[in-house]
Amino acid sequence: MSDAVRIGTRATPPPDLQELIARVARGDEGAFAGVYDAVIGPVLGVVRAVLRDHAQSEEVAQEVLVEVWRTAPRYRQDRGSAMNWVLTLAHRRAVDRVRSVEASTAREKKAALLEQMPEFDDVSEQVESRLEREQVKRCLRALTEIQRQSVTLAYYQGLTYRQVAELLSLPLGTVKTRLRDGLIRLRDCLGVSA
Amino acid sequence: MNGAADLHTLTGAYAAHALEDEERESFERHLSACESCAQEVRELRATTARLGLAASVAPRPAMKDEVLRRIAAVRQVPPAERGPDGPPPKQRPRRLAQWALAACVAAAAALGGTAVWQYGQTQAARDQARQAEQQSQELAALLAAPDARTRAAKLSDGAGGAVVVAESRDRAAFVATGMAKPPAGKVYQLWFSDDGVMRPAGLMDPGRSTQTVLMEGPLDGAAGMGITLEPAGGSARPTTAPVAVVNFPA
Ligand SMILES: [Zn+2]
Repeated sequence: MSDAVRIGTRATPPPDLQELIARVARGDEGAFAGVYDAVIGPVLGVVRAVLRDHAQSEEVAQEVLVEVWRTAPRYRQDRGSAMNWVLTLAHRRAVDRVRSVEASTAREKKAALLEQMPEFDDVSEQVESRLEREQVKRCLRALTEIQRQSVTLAYYQGLTYRQVAELLSLPLGTVKTRLRDGLIRLRDCLGVSA
Repeated sequence: MNGAADLHTLTGAYAAHALEDEERESFERHLSACESCAQEVRELRATTARLGLAASVAPRPAMKDEVLRRIAAVRQVPPAERGPDGPPPKQRPRRLAQWALAACVAAAAALGGTAVWQYGQTQAARDQARQAEQQSQELAALLAAPDARTRAAKLSDGAGGAVVVAESRDRAAFVATGMAKPPAGKVYQLWFSDDGVMRPAGLMDPGRSTQTVLMEGPLDGAAGMGITLEPAGGSARPTTAPVAVVNFPA
């Protein structure tokens, strides 16, 4: 057994995350505990999707949270919601980490990647995020095959679009536009606004 | 050859962090001048955040305390871009330390040819990109800090090393010269030592025997540092006996 009872992430960020971040920006450690609760589930999820390795993911997720604390005074609401900011940071960190170790193992990884392609099912079964996951899955299914592969390989596997192109044996330009088209369709399907 | 029309289509790859460094940099220049791309990037970043939310997992409960303990020691950045604050540089006696430091870095550069000292040269660090850039700025600030102090260290088989510590920056760097290559699949990992407890402080580049590495994380009163050989990607705790342990200069 593990992780059985835990309040995890909500499908939508709690309404006061922005406010919490504003307090964190003023050095409020108590508010940071609230930020931690609100973001740790998705942060760890994003990092683990990209890195796979649990110990390493935990380490990077911790670094991300420390970075949130450290740079909260620079966060600007007009550039997007606090959750977007945090998850962008998390994804960026994970991608940096995976690319720094990747070069040497690129060959072996290629085969592994193709096998575990659009799965994205090895996520936890938390009630709170199930709805969100269902909606995202449904919208991913609505993409064309190439759009979906481009989006999931780039986002969940942390590949560059060049690597995606190589992996799928497609021209660079095709992957570039499919990745964009795919994200635009997802945006519309999920009703995202920014 | 990258026309503007071509650049507009990079919003998706940019939002998903799927650009290589050079392309990312040129797209960021474009972004600052193209409002429609900037808007699209905001929307697509909000979209990728939804992909992130959908991947949520439950963390190990003890992680929370660990993180809260860590942040208690981390200084926050000032709100906006301000000029450097704090008192003006002072004091003669520090000079010596800086000279020693300069010599040490020069030695690193001479031996390896690619020391991080050339922090402006992005070509040398292309593969480590932005991270390296930020690190080298921090590194430059650390090396130039008026209170930077150095301690040389001998490593096994003729390799040399030096730690540079600046309390005012709350950071440390490690300069390695002529270190043996780690075995395949292994890396040298740096640690801060707090009363014998090792705290992860980043990895060394396994491909270079001579390098200057900004140690990750704040000094936070650490008494020294250590280096161990770890599986690629590093470990949360040391899994082998240290190849070197160095006390920070008092
Ligand atoms: Zn544009």
